[in-house]
Amino acid sequence: MSDETMTVFSPQLAARFDALAAKYPQRRSALVPMLLYAQDEIGYLSDAVILEVAERIGITELDVRNVASYYSMLRFKPAGKFNVQVCTNISCMLRGGYEVYERFQQELGVEPKGVTADGLFSLEEVECIGACCWAPAIQVNYDFHDELTPEQVPAILGNYRARENAHA
Amino acid sequence: MPRLVSHPDEVKIVSRRFGKGAAQIDKYIELGGYEAAKKCLAQGSDWIINEMKASGLRGRGGAGFPTGMKWSFVPRQSAKPKYVLVNGDESEPGTCKDHLIFLHDPHAVIEGTIIAGLAIGAKLGFIYLRGEYRYLLEIMEKAVADAYARGFLGKKIFGLGDESTGTEFQIITQTGAGAYEVGEESALMESLEGKRGIPRIKPPFPAVVGLYGGPTVINNAETIAAVPHVIAMGGAAFAEVGSPRNGGTRLFSISGHVERPGVYELPMGYNLKKMIYEVAGGVRGGRGLKAVVPGGSSTPVLLPEEIDIGMDFDQVGKAGSMLGSAGVVVIDDQTCIVEFALRTISFYQHESCGWCIPCREGTDWLKKSLTRFHAGFGERKDIDNIQYLAENMLGRTFCPLGDAAAMPTIAFVKKFRKEFEEHLNGKPCPFAKHLDLAVL
Repeated sequence: MSDETMTVFSPQLAARFDALAAKYPQRRSALVPMLLYAQDEIGYLSDAVILEVAERIGITELDVRNVASYYSMLRFKPAGKFNVQVCTNISCMLRGGYEVYERFQQELGVEPKGVTADGLFSLEEVECIGACCWAPAIQVNYDFHDELTPEQVPAILGNYRARENAHA
Repeated sequence: MPRLVSHPDEVKIVSRRFGKGAAQIDKYIELGGYEAAKKCLAQGSDWIINEMKASGLRGRGGAGFPTGMKWSFVPRQSAKPKYVLVNGDESEPGTCKDHLIFLHDPHAVIEGTIIAGLAIGAKLGFIYLRGEYRYLLEIMEKAVADAYARGFLGKKIFGLGDESTGTEFQIITQTGAGAYEVGEESALMESLEGKRGIPRIKPPFPAVVGLYGGPTVINNAETIAAVPHVIAMGGAAFAEVGSPRNGGTRLFSISGHVERPGVYELPMGYNLKKMIYEVAGGVRGGRGLKAVVPGGSSTPVLLPEEIDIGMDFDQVGKAGSMLGSAGVVVIDDQTCIVEFALRTISFYQHESCGWCIPCREGTDWLKKSLTRFHAGFGERKDIDNIQYLAENMLGRTFCPLGDAAAMPTIAFVKKFRKEFEEHLNGKPCPFAKHLDLAVL
């Protein structure tokens, strides 16, 4: 991309992109991972992120949007800093996944896919996350927490709050 | 951290290094790692494929296609580069075995990929993990970097030969970004090419025209992780462990209402009833058994009187279901089957890519019908309509997702018709818990 273009990628993300794109037989193979890595850094796929990814890959913005809209982990608006994803698919449902989800809803006071007022947490119900034998399971961003009970929910949220306060 | 379980009946082959620190390359080597790949490098393609055929190893993703035969379909000569693609997009509800393989034995995946590459004459392999498995991707990436640092991967693998006589093999790890559909092999290739994960029409099959148009072998992560063990034991010895035409062991993910859920490695053909009542400790809290989903959410449910069967591809098939991904989901007698069916179909409705109309419309209408039914507003004719709708999806889609949604639905209606009828006439569901929660 040209020097005049405003970049929203950090130097690390840009370097990661260059290394990734160079590995594949076709540059476009870097698209899906790159969208996810950019989202990890920036929080969501903003217009600026989509433009920059499109330019770096060498495809249109529309093409990027078309691909991005297919993948459930990619989002076009911000989530909380800690995105709580509760699995309620069959194995988790049988062992209390919905009860865990309900408790998170009570504690956070948000609607499905909602974000707390302080922007710290968001909550969503997700499909199977591959932790069926350790159900019910959730992911907070990429961290797994398994064999949960609703009673553990406040402590989990407390740990993430404490982590945030330690950084503040 | 996922809990590891153990039972005396287990035959630990693929899981023998679990919990032993084998994600560290030195430990993996100490436990016999990379010897199989070196042996294959010396023996060559024909020998490898013969061993694989003799092993009776069949695809662990769910379809059960013989691995050796799949590899033999790749043309020897090809104008386009050939590829190995490892499917670690594990997302069939009820299945979490690959999770443990990536966590505990990432080098087995690398070694199996190298062997597959040697067998088909590929120089590049991809290991694709679902996006949610980021911590496992990081473990895989470190393992791949370590294998490069040792010279096991690269221009001349295992440092043998020189630039002209050495054998090249490279591995790239790849993350998905959330899509069950991408577990289907042609959708997986689309995703790896940076596109929406929409299935391709077949033929041509991937062995002829696959990734970037080149011949491609696609194997499930568990299949690939079994490969070094097949070579180490010998194909015939591996076959011996399983049942006829079903070589080796299987990682069974046993979940739901059992006392001891977990991933257990048992010989192919192991009795399902014994698996539930002895290996997994029986139904939780001494309750009665209502039903068992034998091979992940897409496989037709079995009744308690149908579970005295051997768990291999052929025997489960004969019982009217499928071994699938070997995700055994146990359902107790306090569970509402209509709700279970609704949650299952909600998943497929959410994951349908929308490419084929019977799947896109079918899953949506099934979800709507079951939601209404479960809420107590169903009519008698809805029961037949649900079955009719599902039956009309079968075999009418490019990829198996349509079938995966239809088959379990048909079984739920056929086998639990009485329970569906009990939901009629506005009577509240005797087990209802989550009526207003189907928000996905």
